[in-house]
Amino acid sequence: MDSITADTISIKGHGGDTLEAYLATPLGQGSFGGVVVIHHMPGYDRPTKEITRRFAAEGYIAICPNLYSREAPGADPDDAAARVRALGGVPDDRLVGDVKGAIDYMKSLPISNGKVATIGYCSGGRQSFLAACSLELDCAVDCYGAFVVGTPPEGMPLKVGPIVHLTPNLSCPLLGLFGAEDQYPTPEQVDELEAKLKENGKKYEFHRYEGAGHAFFSTDRPSFRPEAAKDGWEKIFDFFGRYLANS
Amino acid sequence: MCTYRTSIIEIEASAKGPRGWIKTDRASIYFDHPVDAPALHTLNIDFMNLAKAPSDRVAIEMNPESARQLALAILETLEQDSLVELV
Repeated sequence: MDSITADTISIKGHGGDTLEAYLATPLGQGSFGGVVVIHHMPGYDRPTKEITRRFAAEGYIAICPNLYSREAPGADPDDAAARVRALGGVPDDRLVGDVKGAIDYMKSLPISNGKVATIGYCSGGRQSFLAACSLELDCAVDCYGAFVVGTPPEGMPLKVGPIVHLTPNLSCPLLGLFGAEDQYPTPEQVDELEAKLKENGKKYEFHRYEGAGHAFFSTDRPSFRPEAAKDGWEKIFDFFGRYLANS
Repeated sequence: MCTYRTSIIEIEASAKGPRGWIKTDRASIYFDHPVDAPALHTLNIDFMNLAKAPSDRVAIEMNPESARQLALAILETLEQDSLVELV
């Protein structure tokens, strides 16, 4: 049941630009929901591709666009990430256009059931929320995205600003997974986002993990917290099971 | 991770990378997640030249105390009066 195929493909992103993307799909009969995996600031790297394959193994079409395709085509993920940071990061409008391109690609596949979600980690968590406030999605997951709420340090050259004011535009249920010891975002910032979701009558689920800080899903980093990550994965698949299932 | 805390400065420097010497024109200095160092956050510096390939880069990820020692050592070295005229 967990047979998959995975490959590097080209898709059209913001402005019609050609982007590299990693596509993983379940093998077998049927139609499947789709997940756009938004990579973290370190880039379109091996751990993010592993995550993408995991979604396919669980029965979802999964695609991870390389958000650094333009600035550093073919570069190693760390070199690409350094180049994009030096150029100021990924602009928000471009991110939305690239995610839309990934969604359009998935929906064009004969095995798509037409339902789509975004999920992102770290900077990708913020971008998942941004996509869900900008595009019509069936659900979205924000894993410890910083600066949905809160203001980055003054003079910072990166194009990252708070986007909590977009909450009224949120198009779908939101799952938020956070470490209680995280400073990016802080627990207070998570509370502020939750209050804004309540105020706007949005459907959401937040889970905060004690003993976990930022990046508790990252198995190859000292921040990895197995218990939080295991429970987090269960929450994600429960959530997707409800909102991405065949009608 | 993802503190985004970054400074970018223009520099005149040469750095030695995997393919030889690179004339670099900027440095990104940031306190954020490392790629390789076994720490949650490190002080990272990328020496690069945007006119060259992304792989033409010299990178370092340091623990904060090492970074402070490096910064102090650089300043201490430069602040010796007798050296200024040698530039």
